Amino acid sequence: MTSAVADGAAAATAAVRRPGPRRRVSARKIIRETLFYIAVVIVVLISLFPFFWILRTSLLSNSQVSAGVGGANGIIPSHLSGSAYSDVFAKNSFLTPLLNSIIVALATTVVTIIVASIAGYALARLRIRGAGPILAFILLAGFFPVLAMIGPLFLVLRYIGALDNIFPLILVYLVYTLPLATWLLKNFFQQIPSELEDAALVDGANRLQVLWRVVVPVAVPAVFTAAILSFILAWNDFAFAISFLTSTAHFTAPLAITTFGQSQFQTFYNLIDAAVVIISIPIALLVLFAQKRIVAGLTAGSFR
Amino acid sequence: MAADTKTEANGRPAHAGRPGRPTPVGHARERGDRRLGYALVTPVIVLLLLITAYPLIYNIWNSFHFDNLSFGGLPHNFVGWKNYTTMFKSSEWVSALERTLVFTVVTVVFDMVVGLGLALMMHRPFRGRGFLRAAILVPWAVPTVVSAMLWKTMFDPSAGFVDYILAAFHPAWSSIAWLGANVWRSWIAIFIADSWKNIPFVAIILLAGLQVIPNDIYEAAKIDGASWWQSFTRVTLPMLRPALSVALIFRTLQALLVFDVIYIMTRGGPGNSTETLSFLNYQTFIVNTDFGAGGAQSLVLVVLALAVSFVYVRAFRPQVS
Repeated sequence: MTSAVADGAAAATAAVRRPGPRRRVSARKIIRETLFYIAVVIVVLISLFPFFWILRTSLLSNSQVSAGVGGANGIIPSHLSGSAYSDVFAKNSFLTPLLNSIIVALATTVVTIIVASIAGYALARLRIRGAGPILAFILLAGFFPVLAMIGPLFLVLRYIGALDNIFPLILVYLVYTLPLATWLLKNFFQQIPSELEDAALVDGANRLQVLWRVVVPVAVPAVFTAAILSFILAWNDFAFAISFLTSTAHFTAPLAITTFGQSQFQTFYNLIDAAVVIISIPIALLVLFAQKRIVAGLTAGSFR
Repeated sequence: MAADTKTEANGRPAHAGRPGRPTPVGHARERGDRRLGYALVTPVIVLLLLITAYPLIYNIWNSFHFDNLSFGGLPHNFVGWKNYTTMFKSSEWVSALERTLVFTVVTVVFDMVVGLGLALMMHRPFRGRGFLRAAILVPWAVPTVVSAMLWKTMFDPSAGFVDYILAAFHPAWSSIAWLGANVWRSWIAIFIADSWKNIPFVAIILLAGLQVIPNDIYEAAKIDGASWWQSFTRVTLPMLRPALSVALIFRTLQALLVFDVIYIMTRGGPGNSTETLSFLNYQTFIVNTDFGAGGAQSLVLVVLALAVSFVYVRAFRPQVS
């Protein structure tokens, strides 16, 4: 926060020093810059303050939660403890749902990348007929209402005895990931100059060799972007998990959190928020380290 | 075989004129390419058909039958339009439809306006822009469970910041229950949690749209003496049309199908007052195990989603490009 304000001051003085056509303009500019930075600070606060608040709540003990907010438990409590974190793992065995989520999200990502990259390549390069309708169908599938899928899929899973099992989730999560990943990779493959491939083809390599030796190495950044987005989308699911999973040992992390901290008389938000902090950390790290990629992936070719 | 000759006949005119490629070899390769191409797109098509088209057809079938797991012994009789007529007469479903539509209009308008503001803010070059962008992106990237639980904490009088700050302004404003006690306050809390998570997406899409507008158009507008507002309405908004349409489609569909945040924050309460179409559909399927009535509700969701995509695609189709 302070650095943003300092940036603001620096930018404002820079604006003053720059020779303007008239002095009044620069005075107005300072006011405008200041207002702009105030707005930036407000936006950052609205985005991040709630995270600070759950971090704070997660560091309270059960008795502090029962006491409510205020007094010694104000914005910055006088006493902090990690008891909620140890309780989340020891009493609520949060490790199992975490591992379930990691397995499902990783497996979904791997399947998505394999299926989407070969399809994306075919749609971008191999001149198949009907590529337009195929792409439209893939896009439309991504718009399909998730809650309209759960009934029939529930019946199918029940029939084959696969309810309350995390592995069918890998299949259904593809509805989140495949449309985005296929479009993203197809757009990327289209941008690679085809001369590279043509040269290899003239040298007698076949298409699959070209795909593996020439295209894949060039496509690593796009594949990485598609993988990050797929992981986030699979990690974040709630609707399928709550519809198909019934026993706590098979819960994914987001589903498990909704069962935490409930007692007859009050809600122990320290437990809930400790779990919330834990499942936010991988996502927050991804955003921090791959911000540019995520932004590029979200917007790639979506309207160009 | 017949299909092959047809392929060639159709393929020839389009590629015959392409320079620098020996025709016979090119043709052989093209045919091989095409065959490989179909093989490579088959998995994505089969998988997506399996998880979308199959449930769709199954829902249509179920919606004309009595199919409730709680009545396991009963025959799954054909019941005609009964599931549909019951649905349209059900006040719970009609109210859920109305609520969902109002929620969609309000959130989409609000999110688009605020999202555009944030996009303009992030588009301005200044130091700390990367930090701003990451700060805005984090709420979008976390699971809905996180955003919903986080705002549930914030609005809880015994644990949250909202009550704490309101009490500081006025003692009478303290100890107000937001969720599960009052319809309007429940909706306000849901609306804030939902917008907080989804505005960043709109902002990022619109930012990308702003970045592809060439700078010289603004310079030209400036030379012509256009004010900031004029260049915003005459240059920025029209040029932003494709990005606006993408953000609108995604946001409208998400709002229309809202489920997670409702389930976590209110479970449809108090009473039925925050039930949406998706929430009701979940209840019908998973809680009541009524797959006939649920199938009918699902088809309404599908029709609504299709209608929205269709209207937007038509409305935003580039006139001349």
